Amino acid sequence: MGERGPLKPVAEFFEQTLHFPIWLAYLAAATIHCVLIINVVAIGALIFIWMERKISGRIQDRLGPTRVGGAFGWLQTLADGIKLIAKEDVTPGEADVMLFKLAPYISFAASFCAYIALPFSDGWVAQNLNSAVFFVLAVLGLEVFGVILAGYASGSKWSLFGAMREAAQVVSYEVPLGICVVVPVFICGTMNLVTIGNMQSGLFTNWLIFNDPFTFALFWVYFTCAVASVNRAPFDLAEAESELVAGFHTEYSGLRWSFFFMAEYGSMLLVSGLAAILFFGGWHGPIPIAGPTATTLVNVLSFGQGESLVGLSTYLANLMGCINFLIKGFVGVTVMMWIRWTLPRLRIDQVMTTCLKYCVPLAALCFLGAMFWQLFDAPTGNDLTGFNRGSQTESWVETADGDLQQDDPAEAADEAEGGGDGVQAVADPSTDRKTADRSGGSVEKGGAG
Amino acid sequence: MILAAMDWHAFFFWMFSLLTCGFAVAVLFSNNVVHMAFYLILSLGASAGLFFLAGAEFVGAMQLMIYVGGTLVLVIFGVMLTAQSRFVSMKPRSGEWVVALGVGGSLLFMLLLAAFNVEDWRTPNPLRATVTVADTQSTSQIGLAFAGVRADKLEQSDERLRGGMSGYLLPFVIVSVHLLVVLIGAAYMARTKRRAGASEVGL
Repeated sequence: MGERGPLKPVAEFFEQTLHFPIWLAYLAAATIHCVLIINVVAIGALIFIWMERKISGRIQDRLGPTRVGGAFGWLQTLADGIKLIAKEDVTPGEADVMLFKLAPYISFAASFCAYIALPFSDGWVAQNLNSAVFFVLAVLGLEVFGVILAGYASGSKWSLFGAMREAAQVVSYEVPLGICVVVPVFICGTMNLVTIGNMQSGLFTNWLIFNDPFTFALFWVYFTCAVASVNRAPFDLAEAESELVAGFHTEYSGLRWSFFFMAEYGSMLLVSGLAAILFFGGWHGPIPIAGPTATTLVNVLSFGQGESLVGLSTYLANLMGCINFLIKGFVGVTVMMWIRWTLPRLRIDQVMTTCLKYCVPLAALCFLGAMFWQLFDAPTGNDLTGFNRGSQTESWVETADGDLQQDDPAEAADEAEGGGDGVQAVADPSTDRKTADRSGGSVEKGGAG
Repeated sequence: MILAAMDWHAFFFWMFSLLTCGFAVAVLFSNNVVHMAFYLILSLGASAGLFFLAGAEFVGAMQLMIYVGGTLVLVIFGVMLTAQSRFVSMKPRSGEWVVALGVGGSLLFMLLLAAFNVEDWRTPNPLRATVTVADTQSTSQIGLAFAGVRADKLEQSDERLRGGMSGYLLPFVIVSVHLLVVLIGAAYMARTKRRAGASEVGL
């Protein structure tokens, strides 16, 4: 896997194996990445809307959709989508036409862009940014811009009210959200999401939420702020259908309206995925079985020739990691839906009180607590099991005599590979991946996109 | 084939810089104040694209977070709260055009003069392949520099050139305190207003 993500290996695969010209190879590789990410958002929305209907139905003692597509009404969203496409695209006379038409795309593009830096498994990320956490937060904050524009450009008072509420809410909640995200960053010593995920390999006690009591408390603050920042109930004041008709999207219809919803569901999965990486071990399962299982499986199926197929077993382990990650993300989204259909909507002053009087002080307190926990080297969750957190911090470290010195990344990698004890080496898919890199299996690189 | 011969890095550089400049010009020639804010956001976003292209992801994300995200949400806030019919469509008089051209033109002249005075920037670097893209360690170096340690200057053996070792701690603290004062001031003013009005703010 390249340092910057799989774009270059995939392009090289196209160029060398399929003999594409180099510009076409890179274009094809980039297109594959974009199509995959767009489909995560689009198909994700398809599934989530169906889930939302089923979950709300069950919570309200109904059945939800049951007929479309046979059992469980699983094609309901598709039927909805066809209905939305067939609807007339109305623009109000008072509207600012250009901004009105652009606003849904801005929301959607912001939600989709953040996925570029979100890893789905070890190294399965479109762009392995060194400051990925920061990038995701920055881009996620832009989604509100589409909502504000929509509210303003609609030329309707309901919409404008919704937009102003949204602006006030998102600007406030970015503060505690930022503080929450900083804590895993300083525990791991890096803003690279792939590294943060890999450092939590091993038993579930290695997950950062179990690092100390403060991170445990902090996760709940993060989740509250995340729900607020993606504009979900009980913080959905921008929509507030019992007060503002439909808030910022009152005047939208058809496909443009559905873009807002794709953006919303995309952001929900995004913040849940971010929570999974920052607090719940990312693509690592609670018990490290993915790597050994994949190796054993390949070994058995190939009658003991597994050594030569290390690329395949790495790929399988990463695939299991990806499934792990998606399960964690889906659990987060499900909890958000559960909250939506359980709690009543807050008033705007209550939203602000929750943010400024509860979330910010709590986040700051946990920040300080976690900092001192690290400073005094207090026992963490993984001390109970003897698994060490991976030594993958960024390269500036303090040596014993207080000097700053830069680690040689290659050297550190060698150490991790050679020095790791037996259990860790098998359990940690990243070790397998490094080995696979050396053997240079281009097949698995092509598949990793 | 022409596509194969193209320098794609240069292509994207031109694309992002044309977007930046084009939307900046659009800010100038648009009359509607909300459209102006919108174009400004696109222009700033495109300049973030330039940072990403240069491999400076941290600075690019910072550009998105602070300029595009933070400031402009507030600009929109201000614009939408104050946009009365008089300001929504702005038609500057010719005198204002002259003043603006004078101020803007002299600033642009100074910037261009400064830019062309840098010797290295006049010709393209012939060894472009050897130039390291802003490396992966830049984030922690920036962080350490703000904390007062210039980690990138540790190898500097010349005593006179080690002035940068002190880092940016003082400017950083000054800016932080300044921002804190602004925040407290804003909160204070918002509070007194609400007390005097004694009515619910309808946000």
